Amino acid sequence: MHAAHAIAAGMGGMRTAGDLVARTQMTLGMRLAEGKAYVADKLGVSTLDLVDPIVMREVRREKGLGLIPVEQGSFPDEPGAIEAKFNISRLLDLPINSVERFKARAGMG
Amino acid sequence: METSITTRLGDGSRAEMTPAEIRADIEAGMALGVKRARVEPLTDEEVDRLVEIFTAPGRFASVDPGHEVILSSDGTVSLPRPAAAEQLLVYQDAFGSDSLELGSTDYSYKAVKTIASEEAQAMKMAQLELVAPAQYGAMPDLGRYSMPDGPFPNWSELLPQGRVEEARAAQEEAIEASVEDICYVADELWAAGTDGMDFDTAAAAGDGDFLATLRATETLRERYPTIGIQLGMASEMVLGMHGELEYGGKRLAGMWPAAQLQAVEEAGATVFGPAINVNTTKSVAWNVARTIAILKPVVAAAGIPVHPNVGMGVCGVPMSGFPPHDALGRVSKALVEVLGADGL
Repeated sequence: MHAAHAIAAGMGGMRTAGDLVARTQMTLGMRLAEGKAYVADKLGVSTLDLVDPIVMREVRREKGLGLIPVEQGSFPDEPGAIEAKFNISRLLDLPINSVERFKARAGMG
Repeated sequence: METSITTRLGDGSRAEMTPAEIRADIEAGMALGVKRARVEPLTDEEVDRLVEIFTAPGRFASVDPGHEVILSSDGTVSLPRPAAAEQLLVYQDAFGSDSLELGSTDYSYKAVKTIASEEAQAMKMAQLELVAPAQYGAMPDLGRYSMPDGPFPNWSELLPQGRVEEARAAQEEAIEASVEDICYVADELWAAGTDGMDFDTAAAAGDGDFLATLRATETLRERYPTIGIQLGMASEMVLGMHGELEYGGKRLAGMWPAAQLQAVEEAGATVFGPAINVNTTKSVAWNVARTIAILKPVVAAAGIPVHPNVGMGVCGVPMSGFPPHDALGRVSKALVEVLGADGL
């Protein structure tokens, strides 16, 4: 059921910029259009680019926003997981709880 | 003679209907929604668009490019799980989920309280491995606080006996316990790095259940200003199991989604998930038209994202553990393109 809705209407998660726009809703409470415009502006792309996996793969790689390793190799020397979230938090200018806790517990903050 | 179209009923079974019959169902479903929720009817253009979606010949339907929305979900990982982080990675990497959710098999905050430290550890490990936002979800589930499952007298037994004051007192005690449990679990999960909390099927046990959820939301918003809070409803109207409970000076019993949204926003949630009941004997087109009529003023007035619940048996999705994809795609497309939902 989840997969059907994802294919019918979802942004595509990390294949595109779905996870980034999701953060504007979840953390900032932005409506969809506002959240898409916010992320597109921060990334320097169009809102249509946000759902284009070909464009977003390059944007995510260039800006260190995390890539899906299963399809695209493991990228061991590029940001992934919590590392990518540091970059997302900084680039989107929004707090990410796990990043803040990582900084505090690692004595970085 | 009009072509017959294979479509679905609210229980998921196949039905053969002509385009004229589908249009009549859409108009009838809308009319009932207008009457019950006291909302404005859909425009002719919106009705035409629904007819187009439900008479399209393809097996699957999807939104037009540029209309994609955010998907949130309750219970993404609430199956028995030896490795929560790995299961969430499957949703992130294989399914392309926009957001993720960790939850227990016993999807209830009262039950989760007893294993909160384990759930928090699972969240902490998952957050180290994930990139997509991941929240924790469960149900407020106020009914669990009544005997024999909980410590308070069972208001569902007291009410038929006419013991109204005792039933109300029991619910008021249960509300306090529920708020405490929800906040306890949220404290643990927030410390572990969750991006947010999902309160799923709020008001399942009526107005007391809804009030507990709103109070927990208010407390957590004050405690953690940046926490994400998704508040999803159990059904279209809040049942008055207590009858006199208020939030923000407004009576909760009998609230329809437009009023629910106001309470949810006031409490401090960041995402609202309305749920509209499904009539299993009517067509999916009928149910979707009724859903959109009721939710149109909600989406128009919202200051936060609106994610209509599209699990089994709500907002037009057939009441089946395995809802057919031909119905799911059309529900998604209609709720996004005709209603203007921010997510599902």
